[in-house]
Amino acid sequence: MEIVSTQRQKIHPHKFTLWIAIASIIMMFAGLTSAYIVKGSLPGWSTVEMPKIFYYSTGVMLISSLTIQVALKSFKERSMQQYRRLITLTAILGFLFITFQIIGFRQLAHSGVQLSGGSGAGQFLYIIFGLHALHVLGGAIALLVMFIRAFSTRIRNYNAVPVEVVSTYWHFVDLLWIYLFVFFLLK
Amino acid sequence: MSNEAVLHGHPEVVTTHEVHHDEHHVHHHKETFITKYVFSQDHKMIAKQFLITGMTWAIIGGLMSVLFRLQLGYPDQTFPWLEDILGRWAKGGKITAENYYALVTMHGTVLVFFVLTGGLSGTFANFLIPLQCGARDMASPFMNMLSYWFFFGGSVVMLSSLFIQTGPFSGGWTAYPPLSALGDASPGSKTGMDLWITAMAMFVISSLLGGLNYISTVLNLRTKGMSMTRLPLTIWALFFTAVLGVLSFPVLLSGFILLLFDRHAGTSFYLSDIYINGVGALPNEGGSAILFQHLFWFLGHPEVYIILLPAMGMASEILSVNARKPIFGYMAMVGSLFAITILAFLVWAHHMFVTGLNPFLGSVFVLLTLLIAVPSAIKVFNWLTTIWKANIRFTPGMLFALGFVSLFISGGLTGIFLGNSTLDIHLHDTYFVIAHFHIVMGVSAFFGMFAGIYHWFPKMYGRYLNSTMAYVHFWVTLIGAYLIFWPMHYEGLAGMPRRYLDYSIWESFKQFSDLNKFISTVAMIVFAVQLMFVFNFFYSIFKGRKVTTQNPWGSTTLEWTAPIRPGHGNWPGEIPEVHRWAYDYSKDGRDFIPQTEPINPNESKH
Ligand code: HEM
Ligand SMILES: [Cu+2]
Repeated sequence: MEIVSTQRQKIHPHKFTLWIAIASIIMMFAGLTSAYIVKGSLPGWSTVEMPKIFYYSTGVMLISSLTIQVALKSFKERSMQQYRRLITLTAILGFLFITFQIIGFRQLAHSGVQLSGGSGAGQFLYIIFGLHALHVLGGAIALLVMFIRAFSTRIRNYNAVPVEVVSTYWHFVDLLWIYLFVFFLLK
Repeated sequence: MSNEAVLHGHPEVVTTHEVHHDEHHVHHHKETFITKYVFSQDHKMIAKQFLITGMTWAIIGGLMSVLFRLQLGYPDQTFPWLEDILGRWAKGGKITAENYYALVTMHGTVLVFFVLTGGLSGTFANFLIPLQCGARDMASPFMNMLSYWFFFGGSVVMLSSLFIQTGPFSGGWTAYPPLSALGDASPGSKTGMDLWITAMAMFVISSLLGGLNYISTVLNLRTKGMSMTRLPLTIWALFFTAVLGVLSFPVLLSGFILLLFDRHAGTSFYLSDIYINGVGALPNEGGSAILFQHLFWFLGHPEVYIILLPAMGMASEILSVNARKPIFGYMAMVGSLFAITILAFLVWAHHMFVTGLNPFLGSVFVLLTLLIAVPSAIKVFNWLTTIWKANIRFTPGMLFALGFVSLFISGGLTGIFLGNSTLDIHLHDTYFVIAHFHIVMGVSAFFGMFAGIYHWFPKMYGRYLNSTMAYVHFWVTLIGAYLIFWPMHYEGLAGMPRRYLDYSIWESFKQFSDLNKFISTVAMIVFAVQLMFVFNFFYSIFKGRKVTTQNPWGSTTLEWTAPIRPGHGNWPGEIPEVHRWAYDYSKDGRDFIPQTEPINPNESKH
């Protein structure tokens, strides 16, 4: 009995695991952006003009953070109708974001920034933004799973932990995007 | 979330159910052979899977070293039987240059990552964390299972690279470009390198999944009363190991991603101004091979401590148990583990002193590197004080723990030579470095691992290992290790470089030809004794003397309060509650007081 109650005071292990995973992902992008900085000071560096569409994807990302936050709130208030609508919206925004990123890559490629041959800001951009998009994709897939669960009649549960885990992750990829975006703008 | 819920994996019902868990019955789900032995989610079985996979790799990696030592010891002779087993890789009974490089590369990769990281942390973190913290299983048993299967998958991919036409990767375990980035650079740089990267990527994922779990289990699933400062030092060490892994492996992954793009998408992050014989000048401009070294060693140095810390933790525990004395300076031990963890991230460039590193920056890294000697010395001092004037029980586990301390001191001292950038200009890439890291990391971590196996084998399999074989194993390995690696310091000081096929063509190194023969001979003997250990291991699983008491070593820690052969869930009833730290040995006239015993009001303070 008491074993249980002392452990309940603590943060849920799944949420905790997420925070460590986030630290791990941060290290990965820190590795890449510091590689960028090191490389940037070497001869033969080329800069890149950021396509306008990335501003739109930033907007999409910010809005999706908002929607998932409200989704979490409505889940906790047990207004499931609204919750379902909002996570659906968030997932759609996630896919929209990825689509925008792909369009951005296309535009860059058209303007002559190729992977092959170079190792300047453009090549880093493809890789770093690409990896970030993969992380968004992971989040969007998690949202789809939640979506299916929310519509399944078999499982009725009001455990907020999975929703909290996904929303925290979602805010994280949002913040990560802002960091990367600003990083490339300033450089 | 309660331990029960972790075990049964129904997080959805937790909110309504957990309050009612007064009596903790372990339900036995129907277990099939597959769920029990193959896709097991029981941390104890996963630990054994890691151990046996690691042992398999150790045999393969060890055999590789025997093969290349044959070449180094007897460069002028041919061994026709080599051609029989290696085919065209040993034409005419002599190992070819390509094969030699492939062998040293695979030896390094396999032992550093698959044996001493996967095999060591994988085994003991899995086995000990839940048992010593008092948890039913890991925070996420499913992720834990995935961690093993990624390790296994990576192993299969790495192994398969040995059998392809162009051979496995051969550019050294550090995989520096351009050898790792250009398929044309060498036969091993072709498919072998792709398999190497794939295997390593899977390995990294395995380590991350494992590490996340270890950290969150230690921090969240300790039993009642088990505050952090009551944890045995094994758990502290495994915890910091996991922290190191979780923060440094992703950086290696970034390095590999850029490498993959260089290999297959034509980018030139690491490539510049390269001319390949038979291919011509390459168009790549502006890349930097040094960049890869930074990314690699940012993992690489923490990696060496990922290997060492579990051994340190287990040695601390085993020394204390068998000295029947509390560990000396518990908080200092924890503090020095913490200091090592922090410093491990700040010293990577000591592997790069001769890459043209800015000398001022170099001096900063010298300082930080030498600072590591402080926590290391604290640990050594505390181990020695723990066994000082003790009534030591020389169990095999204890002998290996003592051997660990000896090796760590010897190897640590040579680190101080290397840590001085001016000395390193002479010593870099010589046999001195080989000697340094084999003693301080290779052999000493193996000793920690052996200590752990001998000590916890009774808990793992309910039987003892054979002691006679264990003593032979210990003495031959200890003496052999010193005989192999000590002389290498002299070779290195004389300037003998590492990674060459044949030293007999150098006038200045001809003096070492007998020494090299000697080293090779000892290496073969030591390898044979390891096979004896492997025999002992498997023989004892089935035929060893049975454990008849719950706590054969008279330990204070929680794992010995579980049944001799614990089921999934570890304790049949409630998880025991903890009332004291883990090191109450020889206290108030008692031999030991288990952690589960409440503090007596008249008890003296430790
Ligand atoms: C006082 C502590 C130590 C110091 C000052 C130190 C210093 C160094 C330095 C400067 C090098 C680079 C030598 C060169 O390549 O020229 C080196 C190599 C190495 N050290 Fe240490 N070291 C210490 C302890 C350790 C420990 C505890 C481990 C492992 C557990 C370790 C593992 C290694 C390995 C694996 C290499 C060689 C990697 C390679 O080039 O293949 N060292 N050490
Ligand atoms: Cu190092």
